[in-house]
Amino acid sequence: MNAVIKGASYILAHVPGMVIHNGSTQITERIVNPESEYLKQLPEHLRTYQQAVEYWPNQVYIGNKTPEELAGVEFPYYDKPLAGAGRYGKFGEIMPEAEFLLLMQCADVFDVLLLEKGFVAAHRDELAADPVITEDIAARVKEGAEAADIERFVKEEHAEGLYADGKLVGCVKRAHDIDVNLNAEVMHENLVNKASNTLALLYAVRNAGIEKTDVEYVIDCSEEACGDMNQRGGGNFAKAAAEIAGLMNATGSDSRGFCAGPSHAMVEAAALVKAGAYKTVAVTGGGCTAKLGMNGKDHVKKGLPALEDCLGGFCVILTANDGVNPEVNLDILGRHTVGTGSAPQNVIGSLVADPLERNGLKITDIDKYSPEMQNPDITKPAGAGDVPQSNYKMIAALAVKRGELEKKDLATFASKHGLVGFAPTQGHIPSGVPYIGFAREDILAGKIRNAMIIGKGSLFLGRMTNLFDGVSFVIQANTAAEQSAQSGVSESQVRGMIADAMKEFAAVLMAKE
Amino acid sequence: MAILKDKKVVIIGDRDGIPGPAIAACVESAGGEVVFSSTECFV
Repeated sequence: MNAVIKGASYILAHVPGMVIHNGSTQITERIVNPESEYLKQLPEHLRTYQQAVEYWPNQVYIGNKTPEELAGVEFPYYDKPLAGAGRYGKFGEIMPEAEFLLLMQCADVFDVLLLEKGFVAAHRDELAADPVITEDIAARVKEGAEAADIERFVKEEHAEGLYADGKLVGCVKRAHDIDVNLNAEVMHENLVNKASNTLALLYAVRNAGIEKTDVEYVIDCSEEACGDMNQRGGGNFAKAAAEIAGLMNATGSDSRGFCAGPSHAMVEAAALVKAGAYKTVAVTGGGCTAKLGMNGKDHVKKGLPALEDCLGGFCVILTANDGVNPEVNLDILGRHTVGTGSAPQNVIGSLVADPLERNGLKITDIDKYSPEMQNPDITKPAGAGDVPQSNYKMIAALAVKRGELEKKDLATFASKHGLVGFAPTQGHIPSGVPYIGFAREDILAGKIRNAMIIGKGSLFLGRMTNLFDGVSFVIQANTAAEQSAQSGVSESQVRGMIADAMKEFAAVLMAKE
Repeated sequence: MAILKDKKVVIIGDRDGIPGPAIAACVESAGGEVVFSSTECFV
């Protein structure tokens, strides 16, 4: 039977210090144009923690508001704060930068991350008060280092500074003197990913209502690479994060595919569960420092806040079919193959129309589509348009071309079968998966029957191929009862049959005696 | 499409719009010569 979606988590960490110091746009600017107006103006455009919490799309991401409610908010969103919004949501939370730095230390098992004594003392209890941070995790925070030592590591030893409220409060040291794969910048990037991954895992276990010991396999689908000079990208963020989260019965591995990674990982996880290899699998993705402030130049130029100030993370728990939760239908898989080509029509055809047609379904048979759910507040001012809307236009146009949708219904297709984008531009994070938490709830509540999750990836960015990539799958209402009815034998009937057989066997034994 | 015939063309495609290879296919069919093609991602 198909694997089910037992629960999902969505977390953010508001990290304005990392926007300045670790975003690739800012790093590049410091190299090519260190005196630029952009670098001077950026700090004034950074949001406070409270502003990030009151930001509508962030509240949708952590589950306090729905995409439908966001659709009712007048665009743009950045100047419409949600009064009374809080840090915690049903899917996760928005962690402040200071606490996230402490969580990074919890994730550091090689003592490369130092935090200043006073900073640790000021924030240790805040992290410990987090509902998913257990005592064993909080106990990993160290007493702290002297400010002078941290300064020396940054100035003389190539360490990467850690900042809170504009002040140097810690550093990540290089893990090797020569190996660039273990330099301070890479170690920082990887520890950020591992820490946000850990937080997502912790919330997912809580939200799914399972025990940590239930998780047997973890698949990480982020876009970072860890390894040394002999195996750059050797990996296993999955197992590394599972260790900190305390998933003692889990092993795991990493799956990569740029922004399509999460959808590939979901299909792999659903297949592992359906095959019976593992009963409970977690698909997890952590945040990406490089993409912080990626479109910052356009935001600053237009007088907007630097909206890419949050790291994102997510995790989905898949288990054996429980007869209740929505399931991943592995019969309906969309795939962009080597031969598909890159024309938008071919891409959407391979991911949407083809898998549906193979199963005798029409495009309009899917209630909701979740392609790339980037927040248009971020992308439109930067000239990248409204990405989810562009996807819906293409799907609708294809439906019309195939005679599955009336031309007059083109304009309403997006509102009926689509969603408004609400996810941060963290690469793999917005790609299809942000809706899985809501889709599970909407299917359980009977609001929708099914949803198609579509992930797309820009493989050409790695300069290994010019190919594009994509994969899609369908989540649907649980069909266990239907399947049992069709097979003509229910679980209780099977039990009865086994009991009868045992009785007969016992009777034979008795007769022999 | 005669405007592209025998012209040298530089293509900057957008991953969420029209990607480079798709534009290149159009240019070549219109008799143009692609001297550079790249697809960028902003999300």
